[in-house]
Amino acid sequence: MAFDYAPAPESRSVVDIAPSYGLFIDGEFREASDGKVFKTVSPSTEEVLSEVAQASADDVDTAVKAARKAFEKWSALPGSERAKYLFRIARIIQERSRELAVLETLDNGKPIKETRDADLPLVAAHFFYYAGWADKLEHAGFGPDPKPLGVAGQVIPWNFPLLMLAWKIAPALAAGNTVVLKPAETTPLSALFFADICRQAGLPKGVVNILTGDGSTGAALVAHDGIDKVAFTGSTAVGKQIARTVAGTDKKLTLELGGKGANIVFDDAPIDQAVEGIINGIFFNQGQVCCAGSRLLVQESVQDELLDALKRRMSTLRVGDPLDKNTDVGAINSAEQLARITELADSGVAEGAERWAPACELPENGYWFAPTLFTGVSQAHRIAREEIFGPVLSVLTFRTPGEAVAKANNSQYGLSAGIWTEKGSRMLAVADKLRAGVVWANTFNKFDPTSPFGGYKESGFGREGGRHGLEAYLDV
Amino acid sequence: MSDRLSVLKTYKLFVGGKFPRSESGRVYEVTDSKGNWLANAPLSSRKDARDAVVAARKAFGAWSGATAYNRGQVLYRVAEMLEGRRDQFVAEVADAEGLSKAKAAAQVDAAIDRWVWYAGWTDKIAQIAGGTNPVAGPFFNVSSPEPTGVVAVVAPQESSFLGLVSVIAPVIAGGNAVVVVASEKAPLPALSLGEVLATSDVPGGVVNILSGRAAEIFPSLAAHQDVNAVDLAGAGAELAKELEVAAADNLKRVVRPQPVDWSADPGTKRLMAFLETKTVWHPTGSLGAGGSSY
Repeated sequence: MAFDYAPAPESRSVVDIAPSYGLFIDGEFREASDGKVFKTVSPSTEEVLSEVAQASADDVDTAVKAARKAFEKWSALPGSERAKYLFRIARIIQERSRELAVLETLDNGKPIKETRDADLPLVAAHFFYYAGWADKLEHAGFGPDPKPLGVAGQVIPWNFPLLMLAWKIAPALAAGNTVVLKPAETTPLSALFFADICRQAGLPKGVVNILTGDGSTGAALVAHDGIDKVAFTGSTAVGKQIARTVAGTDKKLTLELGGKGANIVFDDAPIDQAVEGIINGIFFNQGQVCCAGSRLLVQESVQDELLDALKRRMSTLRVGDPLDKNTDVGAINSAEQLARITELADSGVAEGAERWAPACELPENGYWFAPTLFTGVSQAHRIAREEIFGPVLSVLTFRTPGEAVAKANNSQYGLSAGIWTEKGSRMLAVADKLRAGVVWANTFNKFDPTSPFGGYKESGFGREGGRHGLEAYLDV
Repeated sequence: MSDRLSVLKTYKLFVGGKFPRSESGRVYEVTDSKGNWLANAPLSSRKDARDAVVAARKAFGAWSGATAYNRGQVLYRVAEMLEGRRDQFVAEVADAEGLSKAKAAAQVDAAIDRWVWYAGWTDKIAQIAGGTNPVAGPFFNVSSPEPTGVVAVVAPQESSFLGLVSVIAPVIAGGNAVVVVASEKAPLPALSLGEVLATSDVPGGVVNILSGRAAEIFPSLAAHQDVNAVDLAGAGAELAKELEVAAADNLKRVVRPQPVDWSADPGTKRLMAFLETKTVWHPTGSLGAGGSSY
């Protein structure tokens, strides 16, 4: 018999969203210089959540100047004092984590289960981790007296809005920089709530500035002469454009871009565990993850057994209201992203791959895409080469470990990979040959503030997390 | 005896462990600082540059897969071979840079010592740049540096030998393969270095040396899809910007030109610049309820 789940919605009452928000510059909220605004909607319902300011080039200039002014004192503070500000921020995030989790789920569309159990704990942990570095920089292996760079211009994506903010702001501030951060156009709210956390923490004005806006705001920020550092997480195409923009300048650049992660399952893998890993690898956050395991490489001899188990498991995924605590797969972040996923999935069919999705009722309003699997995928298919950034898994097969490695590395990207095998020597040999910055063996999509994250090849350069993550914000 | 006519050397490129002329058949005149003719050097073409990338890519697998200890011994062997040909390089550097014999000797000695410095780094850098990470969960998590791949380098223009060695050695010490475009006006010490490398156990293709005009051939290296990184040490500001823009096409790692005192302690900056960090996770499992408590 089939069990039904009763609805178990998380309460919205814990979060109070204002009807409109300004830009957070020099410690206070203000309207955009030209008064422009745009709406942010909840992708699961298309309900308008709030109206936020569209920062102009003038606003970028004002924010950069505020950050520059604040840099003088902030960088001169003893590291131990900067550390305490960051510890305060970490603690306030922990205190307000339920509120922020609900807010993030509303603005992004991802399940509350994820914002509550993954995003928010990692956000707090990231600030806690880098707080401790602020007064220990001379021990970090970058020389006896490493200096901050100055003002960092940071542009982040919509898939993990607050977590990407934490990855950017925590190491930047610990190292003594000040920041101007632009959250993604479709997910501006948690960054604006973070501005309020900065207020509660008593952070000196101008150290953190938040500019909401679209791509033009980001372009103006990275091109601004007054910044010393650009950090970007997002698409490879935009990353290349940014690399061209900063060419010939002294701006330090780190890029965390796209991926097409191979999840390799050998014939001796524990199938049930591998299936859980595959599911997590491609359906976590609706597959809108740069390190998603979007290419499943399965050894031919276990293909049938694995795919049967995988389809069974996919049929149990609960797609729907992101605020429901039982929801596994939430809404796609925007109509634009949904269109991109749809177009690429259609190309899979057009190019001859076989499409499968479990029977699954999708809500009427909002942006939704059912968990989908393609078999019979060749390496030339677009769904094997291009980043879909959605809940779509492309299955390819291999016979030998050498073939698995060759196929895994046959990509412009090199961000993540997975290996499933019970044989330790094979795991290590394959991990050694994979050209990817993060390799998960018998697990997937694990993150930790102490663990460096970042890509090879066109997945970008620089690392976030760990001791390595400090380098991006030090003049070394 | 004193009237004996000397035997001049035909300077050639060093690509894939061999000494080809430029496929273009072109040469250009190289003079000393007073304008006296020294030799004709190959004027490399873009095709030569592409051939060099093919050679470097072919060599990368085995070189990056060699043990760090082995790479260290090979780099040390380069120093040994150079020491034996010290006088030749002192003369070439003196001619190339217009230096006194003593000053040229200081450059060559520093260059030899630089190979020794990097020879010692090959099996230490992983412990400096990598390590285990104390993640908050039951996982073994380790980060290790790995070579980026094929690195193309514009050698410094003024420091024809010490500068050259200072940009090649860190690249290959880390396990990368390199294509270097020598100083345009003073390429002879670089081309002679190829002869040393050929007899130093450096596998063919790990170091490839081109002479010619960086402005002509380097744009095709900066835009090459099978080059992973560029060091623009010897490029002028305008050329460097053009090259950095081209390098963005496949997101090459870029080291921008900066004022460098090549005689100073090089630090680890250039060594680290061409290393990637790979982080591997694995569950640690559990011994169960009755497990060990030491």
